[in-house]
Amino acid sequence: MLKAAYEWLDKRLDITPMWRDIADHEVPEHVNPAHHFSAFIYCFGGLTFFIVVIQILSGMFLTMYYVPDIENAWKSVDYLQNEIAFGQIVRGMHHWGASVSIVMLFLHTLRVFFTGSYKHPREFNWVIGMLLFFTMLGLGFTGYLLPWDNKAYFATKVGIEIAASVPVIGSALATFLQGGEVVGAQTLARFFALHVFFLPAALLGLMGAHFFLIRKQGISGPL
Amino acid sequence: MSEKESQRKPGMSRRRFLTYTIASTGGFLASGVLYPMIRFAVDPLLQKGTETEFEDVGPVEEFGKEPKKVEFFIKRKDGWYQKEGGEKATAWVLKIGGEILALSPICKHLGCTVKWEGGGFQNQFYCPCHGGLYTKDGINVPGTPPNAPLDTYETKVEGGRLLLGPIKQRGGGA
Repeated sequence: MLKAAYEWLDKRLDITPMWRDIADHEVPEHVNPAHHFSAFIYCFGGLTFFIVVIQILSGMFLTMYYVPDIENAWKSVDYLQNEIAFGQIVRGMHHWGASVSIVMLFLHTLRVFFTGSYKHPREFNWVIGMLLFFTMLGLGFTGYLLPWDNKAYFATKVGIEIAASVPVIGSALATFLQGGEVVGAQTLARFFALHVFFLPAALLGLMGAHFFLIRKQGISGPL
Repeated sequence: MSEKESQRKPGMSRRRFLTYTIASTGGFLASGVLYPMIRFAVDPLLQKGTETEFEDVGPVEEFGKEPKKVEFFIKRKDGWYQKEGGEKATAWVLKIGGEILALSPICKHLGCTVKWEGGGFQNQFYCPCHGGLYTKDGINVPGTPPNAPLDTYETKVEGGRLLLGPIKQRGGGA
């Protein structure tokens, strides 16, 4: 059944070469944990991607109940967590996944650093990786405000004060982030917009470039 | 028979066995991730509606042969939101042969709000969205879009006061 459906599609769209191109590639021995167990350190990039997929999925589902409004944000989070089936699990995935993705990203960065994989000709992919790192930090920072509880509110106040301490552009940056005269309705609305539209779009674009380059340039050689 | 069968189909190849094993393990893991999220999303399908309480809309003798609009408030929790003082509801109440009839104003065509003698239609309920008409007792007029009579509220009279309860559907109609 499945095979027939696949062949029907393949005849018309010629999809086999496309996925072959994506799936069929050499995995050098020095990055294969089946050969050298210590090669598991090469898995952190893939694990980061896996967590990002979970973050995107669980985040999409959370927005089915969440509202970015100061009167209702906390109530909607309380409702989705305590009164909807699996609410605690889905929110838990997003909550813990946020920390795990940063940890994985950091381990991946360490691996790239200590294996010297950032060196010529892969400098540009290191730069993209750094941009990805800051995008992820941005996602963490903007997402932290959304439950609109005390922790969220004061963390954002602190974060905005830190942004304000940046030389020259500090106060403009803080005003941009805060939106209004206080950390309030306008802050929550724009943090939500950044968290679910702007930063994920940047993340997807950068990840595409990151993967394109790694495929184009190949995995760096053994130490 | 079974021998011939097995001769024609030699056992599963190693590659195919591995494909199946990996696919089913992957499927199991993916469903572990997806099941909670999908169940979370479809929760409204499986939730029970809230019980509607009877609300006082005034003394019974206020209502006569002409449909009279009454507004009242029902307590309903909409997810995390509950309107202070309740959600506004409307009923068109009239007496037909001593019986109280409390009609819901929600058009049975596509849910707009009907009005007694709206749009210049005498002695009828009129829906402005697609021109639906109902007679005084809420029966839909043939040839107009609605295909069922207006729903009614359950009614109760206590101490000379009219109470309206949950909405129920009526059969029949034109």
